[in-house]
Amino acid sequence: MAKYVIVGASAAGIAAVEAIRKADPAGSITVITEEACAHYSRPMISDLVSGKADTQKMKCKTDDFWKINNAEPRLNKKAVSLNLTEKTVSLDDGEKVVYEKLLLATGGKPFVPKMEGQEKDGVFTFTNISDAQRLAAKIDSIQAKSAVVIGAGLIGISVTEALIKRGLKVTVVELQEKILSLLLDAIGSDIVEVVIRKAGVNFATGQSVQKIIGRPENDGAVGGVILTKGDQVPCDLVIVAIGVIPRTELVVGSAVKINRGIVVDNFMQTNVPDVYASGDVAEAFDFILNQNRLLPLWPLAVLEGRVAGYNMAGTKTSYEGGTNMSSLKYFGIPIVSIGMANPKPDDTTLEILVKQDQEHIVYKKLVLKNNVIVGITLVNCIDRAGILFNLMKDHINVKKFKQDLLRDDFGWAVLPATLQRKMGVIQ
Amino acid sequence: MKKIIAKQENCMGCGLCEVYCTTAHSKSKDIVKAYNSEHPKPISRVRREVNKPVSFAIQCRHCEDAPCVTACLSGAMQKDQKTGEVTHNKDKCMGCWTCVMVCPYGALIMDKEGHVVAKCDLCQGLEEPACVANCPNEALVFKEVKP
Repeated sequence: MAKYVIVGASAAGIAAVEAIRKADPAGSITVITEEACAHYSRPMISDLVSGKADTQKMKCKTDDFWKINNAEPRLNKKAVSLNLTEKTVSLDDGEKVVYEKLLLATGGKPFVPKMEGQEKDGVFTFTNISDAQRLAAKIDSIQAKSAVVIGAGLIGISVTEALIKRGLKVTVVELQEKILSLLLDAIGSDIVEVVIRKAGVNFATGQSVQKIIGRPENDGAVGGVILTKGDQVPCDLVIVAIGVIPRTELVVGSAVKINRGIVVDNFMQTNVPDVYASGDVAEAFDFILNQNRLLPLWPLAVLEGRVAGYNMAGTKTSYEGGTNMSSLKYFGIPIVSIGMANPKPDDTTLEILVKQDQEHIVYKKLVLKNNVIVGITLVNCIDRAGILFNLMKDHINVKKFKQDLLRDDFGWAVLPATLQRKMGVIQ
Repeated sequence: MKKIIAKQENCMGCGLCEVYCTTAHSKSKDIVKAYNSEHPKPISRVRREVNKPVSFAIQCRHCEDAPCVTACLSGAMQKDQKTGEVTHNKDKCMGCWTCVMVCPYGALIMDKEGHVVAKCDLCQGLEEPACVANCPNEALVFKEVKP
């Protein structure tokens, strides 16, 4: 009976449980999580705030998941330290859990820069279900009318939409000059910004919050923010949504090698035998940049956790790699961004194909390198995006048909018959 | 498992597969009502891909290791371990379109009105999927294939 211990029960941890169980029907699996519910979809927390989803809908696995997989979730327990020689994980209640194979799937924590007044009541981060529940409760209890969201990335835009749906007035503050700057180039960003502004959102770009100020009657509660350029924005709530940083606390100072996140090989194994890492805490392989790096994305955490699980259970499996890839549904303007979204304009090794239809608010951009797709941006026209993604992932040379890739009627029929057969699209 | 196979050489691009799929996924199951009076509008889960003279129909292939299931953010997309079908629970779907981003066949349809994905369910309950049963030239066949 192998003892598998997993720290963290989100995307990577859950996927690892399933993989271990497929490869090893008997070995005991223990999953340690500080959360009260261990199988919910974090990307859905903004739907919880908007009221579109409840905690039941948010469950990404059925409640019998743990039973089916014969795994023991240890809810509301925090792993506080690790002994790599003894092979134990210590919990906050003093218990020591012995492992034979360990997976660190501790995820990320919100990055909160130092700001004066950040301790005031009404300042939130936004990464897990309790953040969302606290935020929703606060909106109700103080009848919040307005909010400042710091960060115009994926999380910032998602919480902004939820707040707008709740009837709040929202100002988004973004340090970069453009919103969604990791996913879109300037043209794409401008198109999306116009759409979001029409929904009533204000943007303050190229600056950050220097100070959170209190209310006249209660300095301990959020009353507004002062931006770095000097403007004052009154608000009832501040949501810090800048991004996440890996939760490496457990291994800091240990033999486990850390760069920005935990360093792993293609089998999701760390430099320490029997210790694996996956998900937002790990630096996994990016097949476009051809290097390992942090890519805190749910679908990749699932793939990484699965690979870790198989390898922990002795089924050698290599990670195929991921890349920066996001699909956004917010404000009624679907966006897909994969790989290089915004390469440097002076990079002569790249070829860029663009199509823009201003009337229909449509923007498509492909970045090619040596006739292979390395970047995909689709704004308001994401139908069949997966075909392009798979041409990218399989490193297909598109030289002969690249002019067809941005056609309005793009689909499998416009691609060469040899490819159609190779992919099994036709017999 | 039994899967729907497209025969490109037989396809005329007539689009009847889409018509019958739409009808099969309507409330009334009536072709006229499905197109004229149902709200929300029923959606075809099969798509006729045309680039004349080439045409063929595409719908979910119920992949063995389905990328949409792994990528699904909400748990709406599942692989039925018994039947092999890739199932989609629209009540769980959050309309994030992540499955659309990864499906190699481009087979997942965006129901923009319902803000959820629509996909082939192999017409559970019917003897044969409606697209196959109503294809006039056997360009779609439903047969046992290796997974």
